[in-house]
Amino acid sequence: METTDIGLWGVPLAMLGGAIRVSTPFIFVSLGEAITERSGRINLGLEGTLVFGAMSAYAVAVMTGSPWLGLLAAAVAGLCFGLFHGWICKFPKVNDIAIGIALMLFGTGLAFFFGKPFIQPSAPDLPAIPFGAWSDIPQVQAALNVNVLFLIGAALAVFLWWAFRNTRVGLIVRVVGDSADAARAMGLNPNTVRLLATGVGGALAGIGGAYLSLYYPGSWTERISSGQGLMAVALVIFARWNPLGCFAAALLFGGAGALGPALQSVGVTQGYYLFYAAPYILTLIIMIATSSPSRTLAGAPGELSITK
Amino acid sequence: MSETHNKAIGVETIGMTMRFGAFIALDDVSIRVPAGSFHALLGENGAGKSTLVKCMMGFYHPTSGEILVDGRQVAIASPRDASALGLGMVYQHFTLVPSLTGAENLVISREKVPGVIDWRKERTALAQFMERMPFKLPLDVKVAELAAGEKQKLEIIKQLYLGRNFLVLDEPTSVLTPGEAQEVLGLVRGMTKAGDLTVLMISHKFHEVTAFADDITVLRKGRLTGTGKVSDLTHKAMAAMMIGDQPIAALDSRAAPKPDAEIVLKVKALKAPDRTGLKSIDIADLGVRSGEIVGIAGISGNGQKEFLEVLAGQRPRNNGEVMVRGAAYAATRAEARALNVRLIPEEPLKNACAPRMTVAENIAFRTFDVDGSGKPVSWISAGAIKAFSARLVEQFKVKTASLSSPIASLSGGNVQRAVLARELTGEVDLLIVSNPCFGLDFSAVAEIRARIMKARNAGAAVLLMSEDLDELLELSDRILVMSDGALVYETPIAQASVQTIGEHMAGHH
Repeated sequence: METTDIGLWGVPLAMLGGAIRVSTPFIFVSLGEAITERSGRINLGLEGTLVFGAMSAYAVAVMTGSPWLGLLAAAVAGLCFGLFHGWICKFPKVNDIAIGIALMLFGTGLAFFFGKPFIQPSAPDLPAIPFGAWSDIPQVQAALNVNVLFLIGAALAVFLWWAFRNTRVGLIVRVVGDSADAARAMGLNPNTVRLLATGVGGALAGIGGAYLSLYYPGSWTERISSGQGLMAVALVIFARWNPLGCFAAALLFGGAGALGPALQSVGVTQGYYLFYAAPYILTLIIMIATSSPSRTLAGAPGELSITK
Repeated sequence: MSETHNKAIGVETIGMTMRFGAFIALDDVSIRVPAGSFHALLGENGAGKSTLVKCMMGFYHPTSGEILVDGRQVAIASPRDASALGLGMVYQHFTLVPSLTGAENLVISREKVPGVIDWRKERTALAQFMERMPFKLPLDVKVAELAAGEKQKLEIIKQLYLGRNFLVLDEPTSVLTPGEAQEVLGLVRGMTKAGDLTVLMISHKFHEVTAFADDITVLRKGRLTGTGKVSDLTHKAMAAMMIGDQPIAALDSRAAPKPDAEIVLKVKALKAPDRTGLKSIDIADLGVRSGEIVGIAGISGNGQKEFLEVLAGQRPRNNGEVMVRGAAYAATRAEARALNVRLIPEEPLKNACAPRMTVAENIAFRTFDVDGSGKPVSWISAGAIKAFSARLVEQFKVKTASLSSPIASLSGGNVQRAVLARELTGEVDLLIVSNPCFGLDFSAVAEIRARIMKARNAGAAVLLMSEDLDELLELSDRILVMSDGALVYETPIAQASVQTIGEHMAGHH
């Protein structure tokens, strides 16, 4: 692609494009985690699920030639990881955070093991829609080339926000997450609800992983995720367990992640590496700014092991 | 939503017996609660009250016995069966989901909830339902933001909304102010009189039973020990049915207060953040004299807990001073020891004990590191700890399997006795107490109150925080009311009126 010089305008434009491109896995993982946490459990294993999802999506896409089958494979793999987590956590005295860390390592390890033969071959990409076709400027075109998964993610955020208030399932998940006693009094089994919520959360994280390997960066390597799965968990807390908040926060993180490459593209040659750290610094700043030693987190589900 | 405006139903049990292994929790208990009556179920902790109602609600399956609903024999195998028959229970602790609104709580607790909830339709239906109810409540507010009385009303409304016309209320007023309790029970009473509702209320409070109930049934150790019309019974007769002929520790008579006694505890312009960090507590001026009990009344969550934590050194203060006998007091171990300050926090197992350490170790927490003359020791003598604890266990009648059992294995009353033993032994100049009798049974309560009174008569200054107004009225020389983080009202005990105190607790002034 030939570049037209549009000066410093390139930075916000590249950040917008980057936000859309980079944020998609954040959106899926954080929405998945929001569902799981709203039901009263934390699944830290989503990092492992993400990586395993990326690997399985890539492998299936290579073998079948269809990125959509790859996506499906990632979702199923994620579902299995989620259900496994939910199943172990139903036993008494099992700590969901410890299990999550174990599954994170297990998921990444398993993905490296099975993913070795797929580092070389190339898989078909997931399709994108060129919303920037009206413009002649290549940077605009590049920034507005939006992958379908981003649109699905945005729709999903709105849907979840609506569903948490207006559907039976949504209310049940909130009841279980806020008070297991109340749920039992209603004849609900908290473990079953959490098992399913963790399963769905895992499936969404798997889809996030498929986006990584099948669109951006678009190949399977062992360093495909740089902690996105973990950062998404922090992001859910920052978003106060609100799906729309998760979407906005994911965009913010994506934009911050695009800052380094954007600066580099407009010719900043020194220190831009520092800006690669922007998402991590942002995480730290947000966590510090929104925490307080003497106040509990507003909006936190009452059954969550970290806020109980 | 099913048509809920059915008439009240009557429930009867015949020869209910419940065995857990060799233990007989319920022994041949028959009670009759006619439709439209308000029946009180009395008894000490462990007397079998909750076993009985759990059998009626289908949580337990009785070993033998029958249940009749409106004169017909029924089989109740699960809570679902009970609910289908119109039997519902309001628990002592709220079962509402705090982060959901009242309307969401009501709708989701229904048997059949549509997959997608049409809120406009539901709201109209709820508004129609609420018009028939004597209670007025905001349903669009999160339950967490409701006052305790409103939550209790919502619990009752929920049962009625679900079409249950026989309600078991398990100590329904334990978290309410006297005013709220009067209102809630008055409304419930009105519904029973109108024949819309039958109520079986578990209670400890005789004055509520006398004011609202028609009949009582008393259980002791799983047996029915008395029943009758409330109008025929005195409080004394009810107490006798409840506790039998076992001796009850009597309160020492109150030694005459000395108005010019030394002010032991002085708190001035104290400010500290509360647990939400959004508000602060603000104690302008408080003095407690030697030989008096100053009671602090208040609904839970109005800053009493934070105030206690500041006095106990568990919470930093922003400014202000706490003086004990004229010396600044920051609740260090050395200061507490030098000034003879003792503390009995609420939930003693959690706040005053190391649950897995032994009874002996827990009792020795104040003294294990000093020798007889108060000098620090470098080697701790296990034998001395044992001997010291054995003496206190004996003296305070702590029932424990052995001195080396973990203190968490003791019953609530015995944990509190062990803590009292530790705190009340030796010189006590200032005693700070919070909800000392919460969840304890009759005889333990009487004994613990007697100990506190004894400490007062021996010259200790006592600051007593309690959510139980009866306890404050029984023990205090002066009562202060804490509301919204500040002390808003003070009255000497002679002029104390439950009405006025209740209004200040509710923040109506």
